[in-house]
Amino acid sequence: MDRRAFLTAGKKKQTDLHIQPTVVAGRTTTGLNLYAGVWTKTEVTHLLKRTMFGSRLSDISYFAAKTMNEAVDELLNPVSPLPTPPLKDYDGVTGATTPDTSVPDGTTWVDNVNNDGTIQSRRRASFKKWWMGCMLQQDRSIREKMTLFWHNHFATETVDVGNANFLYKHANLLRTKALGNFKQLVRDITLDPSMLIYLNGRLNTATAPDENYSRELQELFTLGKENNPNYTEADVKAAAKVLTGWRVDNTVNTFHSYFTSSRHDATNKTFSSFFGNTVITGRTGTTAGDLELDDLLNMIFAKNVEVSRFMAKKLYRFFVHYDIDAAAEANVIDPLALILRTNNWEIKPALTALLKSEHFFDAMNQGAMIKSPIDHTIALCREWEVVFPDVATLYADAYGMWNYVMTVAANNQQNIGDPPNVAGWPAYYQVPQFYELWVNTDTLPKRNQFSDLMIGNGYSRNGKKIVIDAVEFTKKLTNPGDPNELINEVFDLLFQIPISQSAKDQLKKDFLLTGQDSDYYWTNAWNIYLGAPTTANYNTVNTRLRGLYKYCMNLAEYQLA
Amino acid sequence: MKRRDFLQNTIPAAILPSIIDNFSIRVLGDNPVMAALLNTYVETDRVLVIIQLNGGNDGLNMVVPLDQYSNYYNARTNIAIAQNKVLTLSGTSAVGLHPSMTGLQTMYNEGKLRLVQAVGYPNPNFSHFRATDIWMSASDSDEQLYSGWGGRYLSDQYSNYPVGYPNTTMPDPLGIQIGSSASLTFQGPSVNMGISISSATNFYNLINGIEDPAPATKAGNALQYVRLVAKQSNQYATRISAVAAAVPTQGTYPSGNTLADQLKIVARLIKGGLKTRVYMVSMGGFDTHSAQTSTDTSTGTHATLMQRLSDGVKAFQDDLKGLGIEDRVIGMTFSEFGRRIKSNASTGTDHGAAAPMFVFGTKVNPGITGVNPTIPTTATVNDNIPMQYDFRSVYATILQNWFCVDNVTLQTIMLQNFQQLGLCANGNCVTTNVDDNRNAGITLISNYPNPFTSSTTISFTTKGGHTLVQIMDALGRVLTTPVDRTYSAGKYQINFDSHTLPPGVYYMRFQNGSTQQVKPMLKVR
Repeated sequence: MDRRAFLTAGKKKQTDLHIQPTVVAGRTTTGLNLYAGVWTKTEVTHLLKRTMFGSRLSDISYFAAKTMNEAVDELLNPVSPLPTPPLKDYDGVTGATTPDTSVPDGTTWVDNVNNDGTIQSRRRASFKKWWMGCMLQQDRSIREKMTLFWHNHFATETVDVGNANFLYKHANLLRTKALGNFKQLVRDITLDPSMLIYLNGRLNTATAPDENYSRELQELFTLGKENNPNYTEADVKAAAKVLTGWRVDNTVNTFHSYFTSSRHDATNKTFSSFFGNTVITGRTGTTAGDLELDDLLNMIFAKNVEVSRFMAKKLYRFFVHYDIDAAAEANVIDPLALILRTNNWEIKPALTALLKSEHFFDAMNQGAMIKSPIDHTIALCREWEVVFPDVATLYADAYGMWNYVMTVAANNQQNIGDPPNVAGWPAYYQVPQFYELWVNTDTLPKRNQFSDLMIGNGYSRNGKKIVIDAVEFTKKLTNPGDPNELINEVFDLLFQIPISQSAKDQLKKDFLLTGQDSDYYWTNAWNIYLGAPTTANYNTVNTRLRGLYKYCMNLAEYQLA
Repeated sequence: MKRRDFLQNTIPAAILPSIIDNFSIRVLGDNPVMAALLNTYVETDRVLVIIQLNGGNDGLNMVVPLDQYSNYYNARTNIAIAQNKVLTLSGTSAVGLHPSMTGLQTMYNEGKLRLVQAVGYPNPNFSHFRATDIWMSASDSDEQLYSGWGGRYLSDQYSNYPVGYPNTTMPDPLGIQIGSSASLTFQGPSVNMGISISSATNFYNLINGIEDPAPATKAGNALQYVRLVAKQSNQYATRISAVAAAVPTQGTYPSGNTLADQLKIVARLIKGGLKTRVYMVSMGGFDTHSAQTSTDTSTGTHATLMQRLSDGVKAFQDDLKGLGIEDRVIGMTFSEFGRRIKSNASTGTDHGAAAPMFVFGTKVNPGITGVNPTIPTTATVNDNIPMQYDFRSVYATILQNWFCVDNVTLQTIMLQNFQQLGLCANGNCVTTNVDDNRNAGITLISNYPNPFTSSTTISFTTKGGHTLVQIMDALGRVLTTPVDRTYSAGKYQINFDSHTLPPGVYYMRFQNGSTQQVKPMLKVR
């Protein structure tokens, strides 16, 4: 089944599901009114788990000391510089016809031209590892999560694009403009070399039009398929003609796209009644491509209700929940779409309204997402503060570890840089299961194996190890000597669904007290360790903490965020 | 369309291979011809049940040194058991049991109980945590081990666990722990070799399909979904449920006795056919610093514990007998330490050192190992019971006699050479071919592509010597034998042309010396 047939099949099922909605619990009528409720660590943790990869203890404390307004504003206005570009962590000689000798080991290759297939394959691997590193080392902002959002929205695959220098440029575009203007981003993506390769724009010429990008521009990037009426097949053809003539250049280190007027279709392009029978005037000369593209995007974005609602839903499903019922449609999607329109497609005002809304903080919407594999792996490393080799001094080791985490997420069906197709990951769109698709009898045990390994012996490579240091982590808690406070704080960090007191008591007894009844035994063991951190005393507390934390990460509740 | 139907109708293509795999495994297990073909070796059907007494059991009030009664009494006047209440044992006047332990008294007199006196280790540790770790890891007092003795044993037997498990030769958990959620005992060198059923209640939830309520929110919905998948993917849950369901009636167990509840589950699982070799259960409350006894010293907290232990073990033994599996099971008690000889002023005892252990079952050598500890005429607060036997000698003896572990392997599990105690019958130790399990998770034979339409390439890895590859159909009939000769060690490939065969599941059977492996392959149109 090809992608189109698969999508269509999913759509057909949707009709049935409207008759029998699968999600009946947790309806809420809250909307975009400014959230005015309590601002405790619970709300902070919710906000961080949704807008970053995991909620670190230090980040929770940091934002709990601010107001909700300040916290959201800070998350939406990153101040850190962009991540430094990917490094040459690979063998630039073996197997290559054109060895990569001009790029010194450990320096970046992103502005170096080398179209040797072996080298490009290694650069693609470097690029993917680097992207994991960006997320693992993210700053205190929404930037990395938004970059993933756009990666899913404007999906491309590294193997199809082939050229890693283009891929870096593409990822850099998503990251740089992650919180910018949506319409501008669509324009930039249209002329982005990676996208011109991925959806055949570079092969789209007056003599042999290729409709691939033209279709996805409308179906997946701006308008969506759900409108009635909607764009037509004729519109796909017409827009393809508008987009003819663009090419990419991998021979100079600007890795840019360019327009060749002789390949451009200079005829007038007539659109359907959905677009008000618009005619885009055919042009010639070097500016023809740019001018006609502006006309095309103006025409598409003039369908502003459709475009804004499509994007509002996409943001909602990424940050709040997949289920959009009538109340959410009226109270959240419609006003959010209006904000996008009235702000001339700026993303930040819409995100601000959504993330500060009473709907976003509604208890009914907390903990209701199933973590994506990337969220699961990266949040695990970040929340437990797993220490990676320092990329500044040990770049090869750092890249090796990032590669491992990437592999784990990829085995769990989310491979950074390589979504399954241009529609992105099905968990973000596939009715009716959405996020549930992430978890099945194959992936759930793998998730548990990863957490078991990380809290156990860790992952070792080249004499280095990444592992959860249960004792170091526990030291950062407010009062780890008190087993009750320890469990409360850790559970608040890990679980968005409250765990019952009786379960907490049982786990405390089974793990921290080794079956004893008196809290004193844990307190004593912890204090003895703090007073004399010998191997023996360390092991005593470490064994018990590891058992508890391992158990926690195997609970179903841990898969939710 | 119901949601369930929808799920079944839209299985993504990516999941297909594992479904094929599951299908073939089910065929293997369910097909008597195939099962007979695979069961070419004798299995060890022996079981060890470890009973942990959590908190440090007062061995002196459990096993009373009647030959030194006055010294015993003087050391602990406020809690000493009255001499006329101590239960006597046939054939000895020196040793008696706590008055609550009528069950164990009967078992002793029937020759089903062995008592090992003053078990401990050099330089005892008095911390619950550290002492428990020492007992579970079988380490020296000053040694840090990160694995448990049971885990090391199971790891030797099932090297690559959990990769390749469950499989047809070992479809069951290697070790099962009931009652507590984390035990160092089952910790292998890299992974934990056991699974935990966190409580008796959870166990019955598992077999009866009861589920904790999830909140009526979107999060609750997601939680239920993940739990459902977790249940489906717990590869042992179905097996355990089926095994438990196969044992509808059991003997009578005392009520209000958590140890009895746990042992009842163990008996059920053994009878039901689990191949699990080691079970661990536990009971707590032994940390009797105060109010260990009532005014009548034969009653009170410790008396209740003694009764639960004794009644639970006796009921378990009787049940095993009734179920006809008495000769397959031995049990063993341990506690992280004993308690001080001299009692304290709050009618209790503080953390001590060595203490007696029980080993029980029809196959134990009945009687007493060792003599009563020497009780000083005037016991002081610092007096401890010195060890007569190292607890690791008990473990080593059980591994060697009961599980037929050879001497060389025993050294790698116990890390030292420990004294043999002759605790249980050195029965018919059939040499068990464990290669199948040692090779689980290692692919010795595979084919590509799979599924295939006409021909596929079969790869196999031989360690040298005679090597055999047979192709069989789902009924176990050998269709062809493409490989049947002596090879030098290495990896080889052959082409298998199947064009005369109808589509369906076939099996490649690889045999190399005592090693064998069977893998499914699927022919499609």
